Formats: sequence, structure tokens, C-alpha cells
Amino acid sequence: MTKVEPVTPVESAEPARAGRSRRRRIASLGVLVAALGTIATLYAGLAPAASSASNNDPAIQAGRQLFLQGCSTCHGLNAEGGARAPSLIGVGAAAVDFQVGTGRMPAQAHGPEMPRKRPVYDETQIQELATYVASLGAGPAIPTNLDYQSADVAYGGALFRTNCAQCHNFAGSGGALTYGKYAPSLSDATPRQIYEAMITGPENMPVFGDKQITPPEKLAIIDYVKTIKAEPNPGGAGLGRVGPVTETAVSWLVGIGGLVIITMWIGSKA
Amino acid sequence: MSAKKADANGGAALTRPENQGAAEKATRGTLKYVDDQFGSASFLKRSMDKVFPDHWSFMLGEIALYSFVILLLSGVYLTLFFHASQNVVQYNGSYQPLRGVQMTEAYASTLHISFDVRGGLLMRQIHHWAALIFVTSIVVHMFRVFFTGAFRKPRTINWHIGTILMILGILEGFAGYSLPDDLLSGTGLRIAYSVAESIPVVGTYVCYFLFGGNYPGQDIISRLFIIHVLLVPGILLALISAHMMILWHQKHTDFPGPGKTEDNVIGTKFYPGFFLKTNGFLFMVFGMITALAAFAQINPVWLYGPYNAGQVSAGSQPDWYILFLEGSLRMMPNWETHIWHHTISWNILIPGVILPGIMFNLLALYPNIEAWVTKDKAYHNLLDRPRDVPVRTGLGVMSLTFYMVLVAGGANDILASTFHWSLQATTWVLRVLLIALPPIAFKVTKRFCLGLQHHDEALLHHGVETGIIRRLPSGAYIEVEEPLPAKKAETLAKQIGYDPHHHGDGHAAIAAGDGHEPAPADGHTQTVTRPVGVLAKARTKLEDFWDEPREPVPDTQPHPEN
Repeated sequence: MTKVEPVTPVESAEPARAGRSRRRRIASLGVLVAALGTIATLYAGLAPAASSASNNDPAIQAGRQLFLQGCSTCHGLNAEGGARAPSLIGVGAAAVDFQVGTGRMPAQAHGPEMPRKRPVYDETQIQELATYVASLGAGPAIPTNLDYQSADVAYGGALFRTNCAQCHNFAGSGGALTYGKYAPSLSDATPRQIYEAMITGPENMPVFGDKQITPPEKLAIIDYVKTIKAEPNPGGAGLGRVGPVTETAVSWLVGIGGLVIITMWIGSKA
Repeated sequence: MSAKKADANGGAALTRPENQGAAEKATRGTLKYVDDQFGSASFLKRSMDKVFPDHWSFMLGEIALYSFVILLLSGVYLTLFFHASQNVVQYNGSYQPLRGVQMTEAYASTLHISFDVRGGLLMRQIHHWAALIFVTSIVVHMFRVFFTGAFRKPRTINWHIGTILMILGILEGFAGYSLPDDLLSGTGLRIAYSVAESIPVVGTYVCYFLFGGNYPGQDIISRLFIIHVLLVPGILLALISAHMMILWHQKHTDFPGPGKTEDNVIGTKFYPGFFLKTNGFLFMVFGMITALAAFAQINPVWLYGPYNAGQVSAGSQPDWYILFLEGSLRMMPNWETHIWHHTISWNILIPGVILPGIMFNLLALYPNIEAWVTKDKAYHNLLDRPRDVPVRTGLGVMSLTFYMVLVAGGANDILASTFHWSLQATTWVLRVLLIALPPIAFKVTKRFCLGLQHHDEALLHHGVETGIIRRLPSGAYIEVEEPLPAKKAETLAKQIGYDPHHHGDGHAAIAAGDGHEPAPADGHTQTVTRPVGVLAKARTKLEDFWDEPREPVPDTQPHPEN
């Protein structure tokens, strides 16, 4: 906003037109100042005045305390980000709940992908952290409607195959991405975490906004993931549900391996 | 072990006199009836007495035969319920997560077989596991034939038939894998379409003829169905018959050993010994495949979902016998050439068409190439041990190493995500290994073979180390060595062509291997046989490469003055 003031007059090659063009320049400067003033007023009136209003909220204070101890080394004292970690202003409560709730944050080490691990903070602390980060700027909130069981599971399956299977595999078993990154297995993810991942797009995952995949569709996807996870493998051992690679290993090691041992046994009887 | 012994065993089973009469009467009656009809008693008699050698590795081909029987039986059951059609229907079967989804009839009927047909899922899984075991056992059988030199004259044609059987087995498997029209198999067909499309000039036409238009079209499933259930099985059946009739006619090969020559077969008579053994084995193969089908889930098409050109799953892999092609495609750098408004996709053409073409041709023609290089025109009914032909064994292991790296490349994403490797690093390491590992494998294998040969010769020449150290009057220490047991020594000597009377001098003759003489030192003869032309020179070079002289074993007894 401060960049606007220095307007250096440019010398014109044609003196006859110089006066007219100077007048025009002054007029346009006036319009610009007026416009900026209006925007500034509107912004001051409409923007959520989170920081000043709720700084006294004890949850925010507690969250800030946790943040300073556990997160600020990488994310900065005011969550402004740094060389090692992104800014958290505007990521929203859902992102914090997902990252801390799945144990990905605080990170153990820098790497291409933060692995899921046991959460360091308990549920209350995660809520406090989320409230603090949410107070820094608007972002997706923690989803509250998670009534996925009444969703259309078959439709969820179709959506899953279109939007999710290409990285997470057909059964949500996970898969490799580029340069050591990976789409994790969905077997441990809770419905809330799956929902949060879709609205916040953690790590390499794209954000699936509510216009792209509507909230009922998100619930249908969660329903599908949870349904196929819960359903038993009707054909026996599931072999990791990763497709033909493990079937290959079984056919060689157990199938032909076992049969070769049988031929040796028969051969030894001859 | 021997034919006589087998006879005695067979006789022993029928010693109870009251049964013997009845049994003999029944057998004789049956044979007489058949003979009255066909006049074939002498043929049957000869066939019943046919002798098969006993080594365990000679039963590997039987696994393929018996899994083929299982494939035919389970396949017939599946055709009773499968609809090879790409008409779109709405699924209303009992698998809840897909109810109401639009899908082709092929996929819907596969779901129907899996969930609503009695024994359908078990039969599907038996069919699929049997298919994997079928191709696997063909390959393992080929290992045995290759590494023992069983493909040499007069069995070269049978090797060619075997190679065609393997390739047809792969095609048959791929067609079957594609039939359910699920998301995984559709992805495979999409790749097959692109590979065919990459062939310059004719590629587009080939695709249009195969698929009846643009991918995926409406025809491919019904076409693959008739290929899968009629055309290829018919050819397989005919070629398997030819393969076995040739085997029957030529008699089985055997490893060298006491009493074994190029002109005899020692083993078990077809009836009753071999007949009982092989039938028992048939049921063991049935049992193994059924056990796999009962306890290990294979190809869960309901999880893959119906095929949709807009969808793909991570970890989309083919069955193992196509995995090497998947690997070559995944590992190939992205090369393309644009000439005259045409794109030549080297990135698909080389790994998808040219490479498998070279690999299968080399595999099929290997016996001819080896015979040409070694100038070996002799008949071989006795087998080589792998160590006794180090170059062939080395080449075999080298080719397998190349193949295995390709297979690993086909699973690069599974490897990367399982072991937390970088996908790019995995691919690059495999690219380097594909070039670097085979020559190393060749060298190491050859070294191993030579070491084992050396050990064998030492055993014959020195005997077995006893661990007893004795001090000589002169003060020197020697280890006491005992000669090998006579039977063992005879077997070993036959296997390596060892002649104890000409030890030392005999090395050159042994080195020359398959009965061909070392080049005469006579100058005149050499001028006559000097190679003329590129091909002849190459042949001489290859022959030098092929002949690996045995390493001489030093004499055992130290001189007293030591």
C-alpha cells in the first residue's frame, strides 16, 4: 500500500502535449488514492478482527503456549513460516487437527513425506492448538457433520475411484509418488481425518473444495473407504490388497516352491 | 531304481494268489477286448513297459500339464456363468458397495460368479491360481531343460514347441486377465492398445482391427473371450499333444551315471510305477492349487471396480508373466522422434515390441545358436550338469538376471512405497542394474561353475579330505585323503567325462567338451579351415568364448623332500 505514493513525472518528448498529460496523471492519482481508501475502510470493517478481539480467549492462550513450545522452532514465533516450514496463517483448524491428530506434526525429521505416527498431544491440546492457529487467519474449520453411514456407498466408490484411487490405490492401501513421497494407506485414518484431508490438502494431496466434491459426496467417499476396510476378504487372505505383485510372490514362493519341494520328495522315494 | 527293481515292486503288490488270478483275468480280458477292436495290444504292451527316469527335476513339466487340466475344468465351469459382453447394465447383485453402479455385463457377470454362484469364487480363484502356476511351471521346466542341455539334438524342435507353448500361455493368461473388464484389466488392455499403436505404419490399423475402433470400443471383450476359450486353448492342446508325443517317441533324457549311456533309459516302467507316481502327483498339484484358492484371495475384481477410461488405480500391475513388459515400459526413457508429421514412440516401441521380440527369439533359437557355435552335431540323450557347461549356465543366469531386473522395474512403485525409497531413484538404480548386473552375473556364475568343476576333479583325483594329519618321516605333514566310494566315483567320472588313466594329458580332450577335437597343430590343415567372411570369423570367436578349459588339479602327494 505504501508503494503507491512516489509518482515521478516522466519527461515527455512533445512539449505541446505535456500539460494535458500532467493533468491526466494527477487525476488518475486521485482516483487511485480514493479507491485504495475505500478498500482499506471496507477491509477494516469486514475482515474478521480475530487477533484483537479474542486474544483473551484462554484456549487461544493455551494453544499459543503449546505452539511456542512445540511448533515455533520451524513455523516461526508468529506462525509466519520460515525456511523449514510453511506459514500457518490461514490454514485453519482442520489442518491443525489433521496434522497433529495423525501425529504427522510435530515432525520427527525433515523428509519428503511426514509419516503417520502416534500423536504427541492429547485431544484437548490439539483443540487448543487448532483454536490458536484458526485465530491467526480464516481457514477450513474442523468438520462437525460426519454422519457418513447414511451416505450412498456405491456412489462414494465411484467418486473414490475417480478422485482418490490413482494415488491411494483401489482399496486405499496407499501408493508411491515422486521422489520418496507417497500417498499413505487410509486404513488408520478416521472419518474426520479423511474429511479434513480432503478440505485442507495435506502435503502432496490436492484440496477437494466443496464445489468440486460436495460435503454429501465427501461423506459418501468416507463411507466407501470405511466399508471396504471393514468388509472381510471373501477369497481368503487379502495379500495386502495391492494387486498382482503380492500374488506373484505367493505363486512363486508358495505355489511353485511348494510343488518343487513335492517333486523332490517324490524323487527321493524313487 | 532300475527297471528290474520296478518290476519286482510291481509284482510284490499282487502277491495274494486269490486276487492275482482275478486281476490278471480282468486285465487280460480288457486288453483282449481292446486288441480285438484296434489290434493294438503290442502298442499298449510297449507303452505300458515304457521306462521313465526318476530324477525329481523331470516332473516339473508335469506341473504345467496338470495345471492345464485344472484350467480346462475350472474354465468350463466359469463359462457357464460368464457373459462376454460390453453392454452396459446396472448391477443389482449382492455385493453392496457396487449396487446401482453402471458396468458392462462382463464385469457384472464376474461379480455374479464371485458372490452369487455356488462355488463361483472358489472356482475363479482356482482358475486364476492355476493360470499363474501353469505359466510359472512352464518357466521352471524350461530352466531345467535349458541348464541341463536337454534342448540339444534331437530335441531342438521340441524346445521350439515348448517356447511357443510358453508364449501362448502368456497370451492366454493376459486374455483371461482382461475378460472381467474391471479397472485393473482395462488398464492393462489400454497399455496393450498403446503398445500395438506404437508399431510404425501399421500400428493404428492393428489397433482398429483388434478393438473394432477406438479404445475401448464394444468388441474387445467378446473377441478376447473366443480367443481365450477356444482358439488359444485349442492350439495349446494340439501343441501339448505334439510336445508329449515327441517326448514319448524320443524317450526321456537322463543324467549320466552308472550303466547309463546315450542309448538306454534306466528308471521306472510306465505301468505301474510311473503311472501311480504321476497320478499321485496330479492330485498333489490339484491340492496345492485348491489350497491356494481356498486361503489366498486373488484378483479381487469387486475392489477394483468396473472399468472406466477416466479412472486408474495406484499400483496397477499385470500378472507376473507380463510384469517384465510393464517393467521395460516403466524403465524406458521418454524418447520420441517426429518425422514427416509422424511420431515414432521409441519409448513404447522399444520396450513393448522390440525388446520382447528379441528376448523371445533368442530364447526360441538358443539351441540352434549353441549348436552352430559349438559345431556340435551329435545326438545327446545324456544331460549336462549346469557346472559342466559354464558358459551356457552363465548365459542362462545372465538372461535371468536381466529378466528379473525388468520384473522388479514393473513393481517399482510397490518397491518404492514398501521400502520408502524414492520412486525416481528406484527407477534409475534399476536402469543401471539392467545394464550392469547381467555381465556380472555371467562372470560370477561361470566362476562358480569352474570352482565346482575343480572341486569335482579334485575329489576324483585326490579323494575326500579326512581331516587326519600325518607326519612323514622327513618331517613334512600331509593330510590323509580317502578315495571316493566306488559308485559315487563312477557317477562323478561319467558326469564330468573324467578319465583316470589319462589324467593330466586328458584335460585338452575334456575341455573340448562335446566330442569335438582340438584344432590340429598341422599348419596345412589350419590354412584350409581359416575362417573366411564376417560370419565365419564371428563363429570362431564365439567358439573360443564358448570353450572353457577345465582347470588342472595339482597332484596330491607332496614330494618327501618337501
